[in-house]
Amino acid sequence: MSACKKSYDGETLVVKDLNLSLPKGEFLTMLGPSGSGKTTCLMMLAGFETATHGEIKLDGVSINNIPPHKRGIAMVFQNYALFPHMTVAENLSFPLEVRKIGKSDREAKVKRALDMVEMGAFGGRRPAQLSGGQQQRIALARALVFEPELVLMDEPLGALDKQLREKMQFEITDLAHRLGITVVYVTHDQTEALTMSDRVAVFNDGRIQQLAPPDVLYEEPENSFVAQFIGENNTLEGTIAEIKGDTCVVKLDGGEVIDAKPVNVTKVGERTRVSIRPERVEYNKDRLQEGAHTLKAKVLEFIYMGDIFRTRLDVAGNRDFIIKTRNAPDQARLTPGTEIEIGWLPSDCRALDAN
Amino acid sequence: MPYLSSGQVLWHYSFRVICGAIFIFLITPILVVMPLSFNAQDFFTFTPEMLHFDPAGYSLKHYRDFFTNPEWTGAVKNSLIIAPLATIISVSLGTLAAIGLSQSHVPGKRAIMAILISPMIVPLIISATGMYFFYSKINIVGTLWGVVLAHAVLGIPFVIITVTATLVGFDRSLVRAAANMGANPVTTFFRVQMPLILPGVISGALFAFITSFDEVVVVLFIGSAELQTLPWQMFTGLREQLSPTILAAATVLVAISILLLATVEMLRRRSERLRGMSPG
Repeated sequence: MSACKKSYDGETLVVKDLNLSLPKGEFLTMLGPSGSGKTTCLMMLAGFETATHGEIKLDGVSINNIPPHKRGIAMVFQNYALFPHMTVAENLSFPLEVRKIGKSDREAKVKRALDMVEMGAFGGRRPAQLSGGQQQRIALARALVFEPELVLMDEPLGALDKQLREKMQFEITDLAHRLGITVVYVTHDQTEALTMSDRVAVFNDGRIQQLAPPDVLYEEPENSFVAQFIGENNTLEGTIAEIKGDTCVVKLDGGEVIDAKPVNVTKVGERTRVSIRPERVEYNKDRLQEGAHTLKAKVLEFIYMGDIFRTRLDVAGNRDFIIKTRNAPDQARLTPGTEIEIGWLPSDCRALDAN
Repeated sequence: MPYLSSGQVLWHYSFRVICGAIFIFLITPILVVMPLSFNAQDFFTFTPEMLHFDPAGYSLKHYRDFFTNPEWTGAVKNSLIIAPLATIISVSLGTLAAIGLSQSHVPGKRAIMAILISPMIVPLIISATGMYFFYSKINIVGTLWGVVLAHAVLGIPFVIITVTATLVGFDRSLVRAAANMGANPVTTFFRVQMPLILPGVISGALFAFITSFDEVVVVLFIGSAELQTLPWQMFTGLREQLSPTILAAATVLVAISILLLATVEMLRRRSERLRGMSPG
């Protein structure tokens, strides 16, 4: 599959100039807040919406003018969309019947698909007689039963409880990799995106803000939106005072001067938002790494969360500066009101756009 | 009911009395007709023999007349040809219209709906007059298809209303899912959408059938001497000969209606249960 380029235009542009190509076998997640255009993109791939500009290609062939039922792209719907008047087996058999596959062949495929999702014993039931998790598995099996090249999933786990969701996340990725299918997965749950995907496309305002593997996305966000949207993030506002190669000096609004790594800032005097991950901040002097930058901070709140401590600080005027520290025997528990010194490596501190 | 106030008790009983009164008001005229149809005399009244439950006061002669007199059997035959044909047309067109009008992007949806429903609201005599003038222009007055078409028009609103009601609960993503799995629109309609809205279609068909089967005004305009339907025959019979055969016919009609209603309701429930829409 190559070069999906599409742009969609209604009254306003919902998806603006989207370029995306994904290789066979990849698990790509479209992540973004609601209204960011990710579902529209999925609908264009499935053929339920038409791209007003640009081209969508599958295996090098343009599929813009191919109606949904001839695309051979499977989809798992948010509400599962199982046919209530058919049994589970009939549901699975449906895509095979419309493809005029013989009866014995059909039965074998249905059985294999049901076994794949460990629902072999449920073929005779109706969807209404299954739990949410079971319906989810059937929806998955139905999408895979006709061996599509590409499977689209529209927030398929949205209706499940947390525990089941985590289990299904694992099962879906496992199945996808085992069968070597290409998956485009839409979600607004960032944990889901990070744990499941080979690559994540972060959507906002109809554009892909960043397209990268999960670790790159988390550790090297390319702009403020991605840094804010993925994981927890501390920000300090300031102005660029100096840029030299891959470091820059930022003068914070509170007057402090810190070193940071310039990402999408280019010139001196530009407003910037510096981003630091809560777990990269250290307050134990012995653990501070060499070259770390220190700042004064005041403890506002200490929250014990079991595996970690979550401490809220006032740093350079930001009263929502969060740090997370592992619950280790030698880790100090901070008392609100005390003045401490915190530090981080300048490379963990990214100077991003101020939008 | 030890914990109810006397006012509540009073209301409890008056409520039942009111309900009973309404029920009697609705059903008595129909019930009275039934014993009269077994009258041994050619009168519309209860004879003294009947009131004394004397077997000699009762007879099946009006039923014999109804089932053997060619005037009546011909009318029954006509009705049994016209009603199913009109029903088929009403159901096909009405279902399609309901599905079309349930799409979100149809312009002037409300106006179209109002026009299609209007035969139900406009006084029948006005529809009938209009149809008479229009149908005579295209030369179908007095033909079988003229009556069938006219009855289909009267039946369509019922089908539209019942099917639209079932479509409200219909999940559109099922259509998308079917398309996504490779089913073309026609297959999708017959395999996915139709089975799910079938209860509504069945109810609509029942109403359309009964409408045609009971209709007299339009037939008087569009029909002809050779094209007498059962209600037409009853109407003219009432004016011309006043024979209690009409009562036998009425009783048969009521029985057919009840049977039909019961059968269709049973079918509808069964299909709803099969389709997993009610716990059954």
